[in-house]
Amino acid sequence: MRYETVIGLEVHCELATDSKIFCSCSAHSYGAEPNSHVCPACCGMPGMLPVVNKRVVDYGMKAGLMLNCHINRVTTFDKKSYYYPDLPAAYQTTQWFAPVAVNGLVEIETSKGKKNVRIKQIHMEEDAGKLVHDIREDTTHVDFNRTSVPLIEIVSQPDLSSAEEVEAYLERLKTLLRYARVAECEMAHGTMRCDVNLSVRPEGSDKLGVRTEMKNMNSIEAIKRAIEYETSRHIDAIENGTEVLVQETRRWDDIKGKSYAMRSKETAGDYRYFPDPNVMPVVIDDKWFDEISESLPEFPEVKRERYMSEYGLSEYDSEQLAKSIALCECFEDAYSVCGSAKDAANWMLSEVMSNLNARQMTYDMLTLNGKALGELITLVVDGKVGRANAKKILNAMFDDASVSPAEYAEKNGFVISNDTGLMDSVIKTMVAADPKAVADYKSGKEKAIMAIYGKCMKELKGNCDPQTLRTKLIEYINSL
Amino acid sequence: MYTVKFDTDAKLKVVADSMILTTDSETNAGSKMLKGYKSLLESEALLKLKAAGYGLCGKTPVGEFAIDLLGETSVDGAYTKDGALMLASADAVKTGDADIALVLDVNGSVRRGTAQSGLISVKPTYGTVSRYGTVPVACSGETVSLIGKTAEDCKNALSVISGHDDKDGTSLSDELCKSALSCGSVKRIAVLKSMTEGADSCVKAKIDAFVNALKENGIEACEIDDTVIVKSRAAWNILMSAELCNNVSRYDGVKYGYRTENFTNLDELYTNSRTEAFGQLLKTAILFGSDTLSTENYMKVYDKALRVRRVVLEAFNKIFGEFDAVLMPACSKMVYTEKDTENKFLSYTENLYTAPASITGLPAVVACGVQLVGKAFSEGALLDTVNAVCKEGK
Repeated sequence: MRYETVIGLEVHCELATDSKIFCSCSAHSYGAEPNSHVCPACCGMPGMLPVVNKRVVDYGMKAGLMLNCHINRVTTFDKKSYYYPDLPAAYQTTQWFAPVAVNGLVEIETSKGKKNVRIKQIHMEEDAGKLVHDIREDTTHVDFNRTSVPLIEIVSQPDLSSAEEVEAYLERLKTLLRYARVAECEMAHGTMRCDVNLSVRPEGSDKLGVRTEMKNMNSIEAIKRAIEYETSRHIDAIENGTEVLVQETRRWDDIKGKSYAMRSKETAGDYRYFPDPNVMPVVIDDKWFDEISESLPEFPEVKRERYMSEYGLSEYDSEQLAKSIALCECFEDAYSVCGSAKDAANWMLSEVMSNLNARQMTYDMLTLNGKALGELITLVVDGKVGRANAKKILNAMFDDASVSPAEYAEKNGFVISNDTGLMDSVIKTMVAADPKAVADYKSGKEKAIMAIYGKCMKELKGNCDPQTLRTKLIEYINSL
Repeated sequence: MYTVKFDTDAKLKVVADSMILTTDSETNAGSKMLKGYKSLLESEALLKLKAAGYGLCGKTPVGEFAIDLLGETSVDGAYTKDGALMLASADAVKTGDADIALVLDVNGSVRRGTAQSGLISVKPTYGTVSRYGTVPVACSGETVSLIGKTAEDCKNALSVISGHDDKDGTSLSDELCKSALSCGSVKRIAVLKSMTEGADSCVKAKIDAFVNALKENGIEACEIDDTVIVKSRAAWNILMSAELCNNVSRYDGVKYGYRTENFTNLDELYTNSRTEAFGQLLKTAILFGSDTLSTENYMKVYDKALRVRRVVLEAFNKIFGEFDAVLMPACSKMVYTEKDTENKFLSYTENLYTAPASITGLPAVVACGVQLVGKAFSEGALLDTVNAVCKEGK
């Protein structure tokens, strides 16, 4: 018999807000000293009250709109109770009754073509802390840096049917959320985490099989391996009766390549959800909704198409730029100043890219001032700064976003001089210093002139128009 | 009478009960669980009083998480005088040690204690005084309250502590908070017959005396029937217990507070710490509250209680169409003896009188041994009324 896999995903993404969801502690503690980003509120101490970080709701809405969701105009927070040492108040504030976004749709593309994945809901919630096990001392320590860092959980309908589709879906979520600048979505940093709900049924059947939930996958590759393992485990159980499938939560062990049932104690229980009386319902009025809607970026496909049709860029260049919203914004700003989309794209995809690579920065980390880049391009196009010096200026602009290309060029003597007198005297000196090259040139070896040309350029510190220098040099030699 | 006593030269002295968090002294919420607990933060209301020149003269014990009858479950022991249970914070005011008591009204013990001491207390409209820095129990209804000798003392202190606080998400705007002190006047009062019926003759006599005093002051008082407000108690007990269960979950022996010595794994650490530290009333409330929130019971019990809360508020508002305030007892008798505490759960029935204002968040003023519940933001008018009417304490 042929089987099909039915998969639904629960994806947690850490929102890229500066502060935590209910207090003003910094939300960025990746790699920080344990318990250095905590206060009585995020440690769940008595007497502190949660105050909703508005930015979290902004980001929740943006995520919802990027995923074509309906936004609940009145969205509420609820308490989810369970005991675990990394949860200091013994409840997590989450959204159970009225999540910020519902009923979305995400289009994915795989080798089999395009497909829509329905989003059940997106809810906002606080993260828990971390337990650190010390094997030497046989003790466990608690780090509360991550408690109350804002998350969204994106719950899909069971519309996925293969590891390939899951990968495409996760990549699509990443792209869209990064485009809206609401989340980093880096599985290696733990800013994107994914639980897989999976069942198997005979192809064409409309009845769902027994569903298991898998946790603890730390990369997309691990997720794919887990799906493949779990699918064959289910089929094996159905076909060969190797085991009886039960609805349970399983932990993926990527080293052993197997999933294991978690102790029932870890998963059983009643979370006793109820509305958090300390957090008033959040009412999203038209003004707020419109503000967020208008702040959303174009989708990547729209940008790519527009760059080709409107700006006349090649498909390849458009595709490269559309990979990151940071590249797009920098490019568009540069274009708005220099007026040439082709020049702006060339600079982005050559010089800007190589600067990013040299600094080991991701595209999204680009903070270069696009308008300043446009000014720099204009200086080069107008023949006011030589290309080699322009690269030096760009380097300085990467180090300091406030650098003005024109001022920097002026200060460092990079401005091409219109002083033809100076050029003439340099040419005269250099020609006199290399009679052999002059003789070679005159005997027909045209390339011999390049040695003198190079020396002149060096003497002028690159601050001259190459074409003018060349013409003047040839004229002078010919006049001898 | 005190868990901690402070010397203060301040002209105005405030005593705070052990639900009000302070950084320089123990706040145990009446519990073995938090015995010795010192907070990292201080109550916003207390900070405001201190800034206005009040000096903290002491901390007074409360019943375990302030849900009992009158402090009898306190880890510091019941406070009695001549065999009668007393509210320690009220007695600190009555004896003249303090001008005002800053307390958290969770389940009515504040109002019962005030009525029996013959003092005046005000439980302001929910949201007008910051709850920041108070031990959370039943967050949707508990209110920072004041006990004083005169209505004027209460009003003065209230004008200091009321106001918006960014640190409390349920805090209302400054404009609304201030309006509660200056709005309207009380001309007609409804006497809630259904509430008075079960009270003893002393309480009924207090009600009658108050009605007469009202009439002498030209304020109309009419008896009315009610079948809804009297139902507040059952709904409040559900909401309070559920929220309590959730709020005291944080006391698990891991981070602070009582930790058992008797454990070999995490489950035992949790279970034994809580079993050894919590008293019988609290354990019962936890189990009851937990049950009302279970998947099986949520819609049947908890959600229904939320609906009752709305219906009770509607019933009040209907009465407020005709009347400015509702008169009812604060307790069923004017003295509780230690014998009364043989019934461990008496606070779950005596709160018949205090639940209506707790569940709706409406302001309540206790004076002359009786209770006035007013429209939202009418506590200033209620205090003015008892100031005019009450002979006691003047």
